Amino acid sequence: MTISKSLTVNGKKVSVRVDDPDMPLLYVLRDNLTLHGPRFGCGLSQCGACTVHVDGAAVRSCVTPLSSITDKQKVVTLEGLGTPQKPHPVQRAFIEEQAVQCGYCINGMIMESVAFLAKNKKPTEAQIKEALGNNLCRCGTHSRIVKAVKRASSYT
Amino acid sequence: MNFHVSRRQILKGGGALIVSFAIGKTFNDALAQDALKVGKPLALTEVDSFLSIDKQGKVTVFSGKVDLGTGISTALPQMVAEELDVPLAAIKFIQGDTDLTPDQGVSSGSLGIQNGGVQLRQAAATARNALLDEAAKYLGEPRDSLSVDNGVIKSKLGKRVSYGQLIGDKSFNLKLDPKKPIRTKDPKDFKLVGKSAMRVDIPGKVTGQFTYMQDVRVPGMLHGRVIRPPAFGAKLESVDESSIKSIPGVTVVREKDFLGVVADTEWNAIRAANQLKASWSKSETLPDPAKLWDHVRSTKIAKDEVTSNTGDVVAALKGDGKKLSATYDFAINLHGSIGPSCAIAEFKDSKLTSWSASQATHNLRKQLAQMFVIPVEDVRCIYHEGAGCYGRNGHEDAAGDAAVLAKAVGKPVRVQWSRADEHGWEPMGPPTLIDLRANIDAGGNITAWDSEFFIPQGMPGSTPLVAQDLAELPSTFVMAPGNIVRNSAIPYKIPNVRTVCHRLESTPFRPSWIRAPGRMQNTYANECFLDELAAEAQIDPLEFRLKYLNDNRGIELLDRLAKLAKWEKRASPKGDRSGSLLKGRGISYTKYELDRTYVGAVAEVEVDRSTGKIRVPRFYIVHDCGQIINPDGVKNQIDGNVIQTVSRTLIEEVKFDRAMSTSLDWASYPILTFPDIPEIIIELIDRPDEKPWGAGEPTTAIVPSAISNAVFDATGIRLRSVPYTPDKLKMALQSM
Repeated sequence: MTISKSLTVNGKKVSVRVDDPDMPLLYVLRDNLTLHGPRFGCGLSQCGACTVHVDGAAVRSCVTPLSSITDKQKVVTLEGLGTPQKPHPVQRAFIEEQAVQCGYCINGMIMESVAFLAKNKKPTEAQIKEALGNNLCRCGTHSRIVKAVKRASSYT
Repeated sequence: MNFHVSRRQILKGGGALIVSFAIGKTFNDALAQDALKVGKPLALTEVDSFLSIDKQGKVTVFSGKVDLGTGISTALPQMVAEELDVPLAAIKFIQGDTDLTPDQGVSSGSLGIQNGGVQLRQAAATARNALLDEAAKYLGEPRDSLSVDNGVIKSKLGKRVSYGQLIGDKSFNLKLDPKKPIRTKDPKDFKLVGKSAMRVDIPGKVTGQFTYMQDVRVPGMLHGRVIRPPAFGAKLESVDESSIKSIPGVTVVREKDFLGVVADTEWNAIRAANQLKASWSKSETLPDPAKLWDHVRSTKIAKDEVTSNTGDVVAALKGDGKKLSATYDFAINLHGSIGPSCAIAEFKDSKLTSWSASQATHNLRKQLAQMFVIPVEDVRCIYHEGAGCYGRNGHEDAAGDAAVLAKAVGKPVRVQWSRADEHGWEPMGPPTLIDLRANIDAGGNITAWDSEFFIPQGMPGSTPLVAQDLAELPSTFVMAPGNIVRNSAIPYKIPNVRTVCHRLESTPFRPSWIRAPGRMQNTYANECFLDELAAEAQIDPLEFRLKYLNDNRGIELLDRLAKLAKWEKRASPKGDRSGSLLKGRGISYTKYELDRTYVGAVAEVEVDRSTGKIRVPRFYIVHDCGQIINPDGVKNQIDGNVIQTVSRTLIEEVKFDRAMSTSLDWASYPILTFPDIPEIIIELIDRPDEKPWGAGEPTTAIVPSAISNAVFDATGIRLRSVPYTPDKLKMALQSM
């Protein structure tokens, strides 16, 4: 049975229609709202590629049922942080450090880092590595990612 | 030269894509690919195959080599922009479309720049040369008075004409003759090549504006999922479609042992795939995992390939001296892309269009044509970048799956593999077993080197698609793990050498090329065994290598590596091996495929005596790939080579039972994470006057041996079985 559901995504109220209220948030964002930021990586909460913010907290959208999200909660995706013309400071730092190879994991790296930096504004390298410890990258961009997060922390 | 008005036609219908962005709209060039003109030349002998320039002077590069996340969509345009004297921003890059880009071979083997870029550079130089001739006529000025700046040709008297005015939207009609290459720009005049241009794709990738294959959507598209057998070789006995009747709009597709579902929405396809009840026959085709290496050793040999044979090894092994022998093995490995494979297919008017992240669209095109018994001309394969693949992973297989489903339902179908599909069904890096023997005389000289590699048969090319196999569709492609005999021969001058590859008739899993295929495993054994000989001779391992090198670039590289790593000259292992944390350093070197990129590494390791865990805090790399196009791009690739291969060396191994892989997610096939990554210190040797060689793979080849040699230095224990898991080392430490 198709149901209608209201959400607040990247500052906009949106309404989506789904067959299953427990469909993971990831598919709402990617398929219903055609966003590209959150990525499907494992569907098991193991890799972090699907990370989004719900009220500022980094959440793995691949295992977050739509039914658990209310329209009062603010869902923010990579697109909601900034654009190529006006990047968020963390996005800017990733560009400046050229901290991307294929970039498939980078959504998770940035979303996780933004949430982390909100709590720890001047982290050490070891703290950054620990904060990203559950985010997987296969290209081996880790060193640059750590540098980018460190750089972003110096902007404020 | 005659510039002709183009007869290219606008492609209508078929391939049109929807460019849809709900929040944050940015037009993406890559998605507009289908709106481009088709019918253009594709032959490697035509400038028009590679380049076109429009009236505004915008240059379109048509590249058969594709960017797999390595940055060549920046580096290749840098080469073209340099040759044409246009800004990098004037280049539009089209890649891997069988209707638009020439077949420059598979995007593999660290050949994107070395082969693909060099071809593009020739096309650009030929175009520039002709444009200058044309400008001389147009301006009525002597040719040698002309110069080019930003795509505008100027004479000394100040007359000017732009590329766009001369050629705008017309064909060059110029031939390329690989036997008579045209002179390209003098490296001393380079403005773009050799500079770290910022990658063009990164701003889009960090803001969610980039369109990966997984983001592509076509009109009327449905979502498909595959349901794989629970065991290799299992037969599909029955399917209970009533098990998914609660999910709306699902079609079950069954072709022999190929089973899939197609639904209106992705989530319904996922739910249907998870809930569909099917019964399969029992099948146990894999060897006993505890006896994997016995299995490999006893597999029938299809043929022997002698990759080097100098002097008389048999006699030299019998001669005076100390005889050493060792056996090394390297586990079955996954590519392990972070984004599982994805593809879309559409049959329309009996023609097939396939969108995928294939690194070999021209090969895939032939495979799909063969599979559906249709002419090659009726198949178009279009590349979109997926997650990094590091070799032939599941991208092509997903394309096969999508095509089977699309044909069955008569609509375009997108197939997204699950994590378990990717881990379980991607073709894998085959298990590799290597025996080595050597003789060292009283003076510490190697008099004989003899090695045997037990590796699967097959030549580089294409791997059969899973769907071809399961649906029993036509296929003549045989298993092809890549050019895995490479680097079985060694880059050292030793009087008696024999290296033989026993090409095995079969291997437990569908084999494929993974980053530095064969070169990684072969170099691992060679460079470790060489270290064993150095230790036996009680000679510093760096000095030992220099003793057998007669190649100046290699010698310079090792000298620079010694300085970079502050190499302490002494034999391994270290004298003092007490304490709970054992530290050591190891060296490794190779000349990739013995005819290109030179690379050397020093690894520093720390071994926890109580747990057996190895940490690699630091890696030093010196890298000579000849002429560097983009130094930052090379460094990015070296980082990736080191980190990915530290992961392979310490952790990775496909586990299995008699039926199937049991490494079906990141918990059962873990990879290296942030807390364990090494610091990587890189020195690039740039040689602008030399040929440009690749950097995507070579460093991978020397990482496992550098770690192994460092562990020996720290502990006195020689590990010969990758991965170096804590339990293996702990056991060895306890038995000391």
